[in-house]
Amino acid sequence: MTEFLQQLINGLSLGAIYALIALGYTMVYGVLRFINFAHSDVFMIGAFAGFYSSRALPDASVAHGLTVLCIAMIACAILGIVIERLAYRPLRARSKLTVLITAIGVSLLLENLGQFIFGAAPKRFPQIFPEKNLTLAGGMTLSSSQIIVLVVTIVCLVSLRFIVMKTKIGTAMRAVSFNPIAASLVGINTDIVISFTFGLGSALAAAGGILYSMNYQAIDPLMGILPGLKAFVAAVLGGIGNIPGAALGGLLLGVIETFVNGSRWSTYTDAIAFAVLILILLFKPAGLLGQLEVEKV
Amino acid sequence: MLEIKNLTVNYGVITALHDVSLTIPRGSIVTLIGGNGAGKTTTLRAISGLLQPAGGSIHYAAENGRAEEITSVPAHQLVRRGLAHVPEGRMVFANLTVQENLQMGAYLQRDKALIRRELDYVFGVFPRLQEREKQIAGTLSGGEQQMLAIGRALMSQPKFLMLDEPSLGIAPLLVKTIFEKIVEINRAHGITILLVEQNANLALEISHFGYVLETGRVILQGAAAALRQNPQVRSAYLGGA
Repeated sequence: MTEFLQQLINGLSLGAIYALIALGYTMVYGVLRFINFAHSDVFMIGAFAGFYSSRALPDASVAHGLTVLCIAMIACAILGIVIERLAYRPLRARSKLTVLITAIGVSLLLENLGQFIFGAAPKRFPQIFPEKNLTLAGGMTLSSSQIIVLVVTIVCLVSLRFIVMKTKIGTAMRAVSFNPIAASLVGINTDIVISFTFGLGSALAAAGGILYSMNYQAIDPLMGILPGLKAFVAAVLGGIGNIPGAALGGLLLGVIETFVNGSRWSTYTDAIAFAVLILILLFKPAGLLGQLEVEKV
Repeated sequence: MLEIKNLTVNYGVITALHDVSLTIPRGSIVTLIGGNGAGKTTTLRAISGLLQPAGGSIHYAAENGRAEEITSVPAHQLVRRGLAHVPEGRMVFANLTVQENLQMGAYLQRDKALIRRELDYVFGVFPRLQEREKQIAGTLSGGEQQMLAIGRALMSQPKFLMLDEPSLGIAPLLVKTIFEKIVEINRAHGITILLVEQNANLALEISHFGYVLETGRVILQGAAAALRQNPQVRSAYLGGA
């Protein structure tokens, strides 16, 4: 039982990171109906932004940790907006396939630029929050970084929910996602809403990047590929375009993966995510919370 | 209020509108009638900036102001100038509540008190919407969605309102109500209306002036009462002999 709960906590803290990344995929899909494959590299840039900004704040404390987190989130929000403006907006009228291939191109560009600027060798991610292990009843341990992962994720999810459901720009996001033509007819500048969506999604990816690096401690320019793909699976699992679905999909995938990792099939941990993708596409292609959309001509 | 000269719109190699010229005087209801593919919806979409015209010009004069050319001004910038377009098929935000839909209608308005006043006005015109305030728009009936689409457009306090097929797919009883409301919006609030309608009888009944479109050209125009008597219109669009 203790081991089960311990694994559950480990799984949730991994899943929280997938959830943060998955939200960016799903929100961009919601407004533009394409998968931004460069999103996983924004996650990587978030980790590096944290790495470099933590040099200015060398000692680990909660305030410094939060500052590093904010810097990375802001940097990535700007990066996300710039990517959309330069790479995707000029192709808005083109086919989705064109944009999709461009997204892969942007992804490769960021990865190679990362290797060029940061170097290909892994770097050790510094400790930005104070480290302490809590021992709970029954011998379970909860590391402070796990607590931070869970707290930061919950704060991000609650804020996101508030923005999307209660604010004007969030309502406009939902309106654009449903019908961009009708949105422009009520005076919504869809370009601004799309930029905002990219900024928001990229900031969440940066938060994911920092939290991931805190747990795995090594960062390199290709670090985004696997977590990014898994977060994409999580978004599809929850129902692409559906925000609560992405959070649910991320958490589920994290838990499943952790349990597989703790079993005798641990060799297949990474394969499990993709097996989940195949199963969901076969049996519930709209995802757990998504609704099938009729393609309109 | 709106002056369209020689408007031409192409879809790829197909010309949807040829040299269409329309005049919509302030305070009037003008209707465009014509069959499927005549170019009625295309005309509205070109006016509201959803389509780029290949030629011609559109001039719009808001309150007593000088006429301003609005050809190719993007849709979201026209709302600020007082143009509102209720698109074909209603296009309400089905994933939003009735209230949120109406709030989106007042997207450009920052003054909360004014939004509140406008909301009360829309609820006054369509009491049904108030009953359904918290409901998700996708669960409304066709007629209610049409009311919501018109209400949403009214939230932007338009001076000029374009309605595309407000009777389409709606129970006959509700069609009557909606047309009465259209007249009310025009008479009581002085909003100029450009109405596109398949149901020519109904449209000419409430309009001051009408244009008949056929395959992208204006083939007839005149006072609504005169068009109703026109034998050509009667046989082609009014189901008369």
